[in-house]
Amino acid sequence: MSQSGPTPSQTAGPYFSMRLAAAGDEILVADGVGGERIRIEGVLLDGAGEPIEDGLIEIWQANAGGRYRHPDDGRTSIDLEEGFTGFGRAQTSFADGTFRFDTVKPGRVPDPEGELQAPHVNVIIQGRGMLRPCYTRIYFSDEENAHDLTLGLVPEERRHTLIARRDESFTEPAVYRITLRFHGPDETVFFEF
Amino acid sequence: MDETVLRHLAPLRADDHPPFRYPDYRSTVARSPEKDPVKIVQTLSETTGPGLVFSDLSEEDADLTTNAGTGSPAIGERIIVTGRVTDEDGRAIPDTLVEVWQANASGRYVHWRETEFPAPLDPNFIGVGQCLTSEDGTYRFTTVKPGPYPWGNHPNAWRPAHIHFSLLGPSWGSRLVTQLYFEGDPLLSLDPIFNSVPEETRGRLIARYDHDVSIENWALGWRWDIVLRGHAATPFDSMEDDR
Repeated sequence: MSQSGPTPSQTAGPYFSMRLAAAGDEILVADGVGGERIRIEGVLLDGAGEPIEDGLIEIWQANAGGRYRHPDDGRTSIDLEEGFTGFGRAQTSFADGTFRFDTVKPGRVPDPEGELQAPHVNVIIQGRGMLRPCYTRIYFSDEENAHDLTLGLVPEERRHTLIARRDESFTEPAVYRITLRFHGPDETVFFEF
Repeated sequence: MDETVLRHLAPLRADDHPPFRYPDYRSTVARSPEKDPVKIVQTLSETTGPGLVFSDLSEEDADLTTNAGTGSPAIGERIIVTGRVTDEDGRAIPDTLVEVWQANASGRYVHWRETEFPAPLDPNFIGVGQCLTSEDGTYRFTTVKPGPYPWGNHPNAWRPAHIHFSLLGPSWGSRLVTQLYFEGDPLLSLDPIFNSVPEETRGRLIARYDHDVSIENWALGWRWDIVLRGHAATPFDSMEDDR
């Protein structure tokens, strides 16, 4: 038995909202935070197409200038505003599996090859029935996504599962819609890294 | 001038974690990916993370026997749960948020979901806590030992006593949600969630009784160390700072 090594993952179970994803954790912005305000509206579906009514969605993103609030991101020429951590949490709705985040459109972050990535939000999905975190990203339909390093590693016919569609009937804030789903031809692309 | 560095994360090993799909735990069947994950190149998006941005905690948050704020202590076997949070190379992870939630001593959660289990709630126990790790990576909670409880996975199914733990760690890739179990629990070998972890590594989820942690006339002590995903042998590249 190997006692040393990473602690194994276990499901968050049905009761995580006692501690994680308090009301308000889905709002990443405060007054004075710069950038384009956006709302991401999504739904999480299981393999039978049924809404997952107790999923935990967490997001991590750069600010509007494209910088992460983290010591490894030392691009000090880009301001980090007070009031924006870049981290949000939401529990999917017990009624219909929907979730939403109020945030800013992230800026472009460099990739290791020196190019700029397309704007994206990093996503982890957990919850009852999920023994380990499912990693994915959300991109935006009105951005230039063609040269993104990560999207380029995804089979072309599956890239659409990662791209939130702008809903043209809303402007302030702009609303983007995404469906996260398990199984089937339109299963969300999940990542390993 | 601060430098931007890309600290490559250590590769994931197959046996360190349960599979996404483990049919004995029935809910995993419809809630797991069907296709293999797509391997991506690590960027700042994966190697940074929110784990260091929280600091607004009070020490009271780490005592679940009193943090209901009623002035009366929770009912149950008072225990101390402590350990160190390190990376795979044994380096301490300080200042990182550790969040916990658990059932009360009777096996009942304080949650609005309905349950058919007629166990009492304890008005002096809310079952949630949080703390930051210290300089040497130590976390420490005072709580009551959670009770086992039934669940609907299969006939006469009971979850072993457990405490849910959530850690953000230093990077997005180090995110960990897991459960602490107690050494000697007879329900462990019957539990599909525990058994979903490969046999070689299951023991990493079990807290051991530690008499050095116990406090005379006060509480019994349990020790459980947590290891988060670390960095690759060649840990980082500098990135040009003019972008």
